[in-house]
Amino acid sequence: MNALAANLVLAVIWAALTGDISSGSLLSGLVVGFFALWMVQPILGLDPLYFRRMYRSTRLAVFFLWELLKSSVEVAVEVLRPRGRARPAFVEMPLDVKSDLEIMLVANLISLTPGTLSLEVMPDRSTLIVHAMFGDDPDALVASMKNGLERMVKEAFE
Amino acid sequence: MIEILAAIFVLAGGVFSLIAGIGLMRFNDVLMRMHASTKAGTLGSILTLVAPALVFGTMGVTTKVVAGVLFLLLTAPIAAHMIGRAFVRTEKDHKTKTLPGHRGSALLPSPEEAVRRSP
Repeated sequence: MNALAANLVLAVIWAALTGDISSGSLLSGLVVGFFALWMVQPILGLDPLYFRRMYRSTRLAVFFLWELLKSSVEVAVEVLRPRGRARPAFVEMPLDVKSDLEIMLVANLISLTPGTLSLEVMPDRSTLIVHAMFGDDPDALVASMKNGLERMVKEAFE
Repeated sequence: MIEILAAIFVLAGGVFSLIAGIGLMRFNDVLMRMHASTKAGTLGSILTLVAPALVFGTMGVTTKVVAGVLFLLLTAPIAAHMIGRAFVRTEKDHKTKTLPGHRGSALLPSPEEAVRRSP
């Protein structure tokens, strides 16, 4: 049985049984259904990859929202500081992800995370050129992007 | 209680949008302006959008809010990417420096090359 379909059906049943079809009850049904399916997964023979993917996608989303908040505060501080501290620089980031969707996600997420803005994907898809707001330590910046966002995107699509 | 939370969200959204606007005026380089408008602007709009979902909490409102947030997250970085790319392709005297060990803007195609390559 398809784990995603089962999870959705369980969410609808949960919402129907609680007698209130709203986004809140559907969401809680989805979460409860996820854990219920996870517990009976060996009996039903569901694909364990589904649970890992869901977990990693959720982790990516939470991590990303946190980074967006951090980067906005960082930009706000820089805007309000009387004398700017920004040291803009171009940085190259080697890309490990290969598919269109993954590259788009990585580039988009980089634009929304602290101090970086993706500018161009090289035609051979090997490198992403990034504009950094605080380019004092480019190698640490590239390392943090690769170990944070890119690794998470890769794991979510594995 | 939930109204107070929503009010805080709307206020925070307004503050971030204001800061994004001030950033657009204050920074002296297109690329730095893109930083201000994408990050603070997106977060400001998202916070403002989330507030009605908290207050009303009905299916119709929440679905629209989720769609709006996803659309913003998808389009804002792409717009910044396109504007920034157009800038570095056409202007060669930007204020951004290239660091040792990084080829930086030297990697970027010249405008002629970019035009020839684009579909």
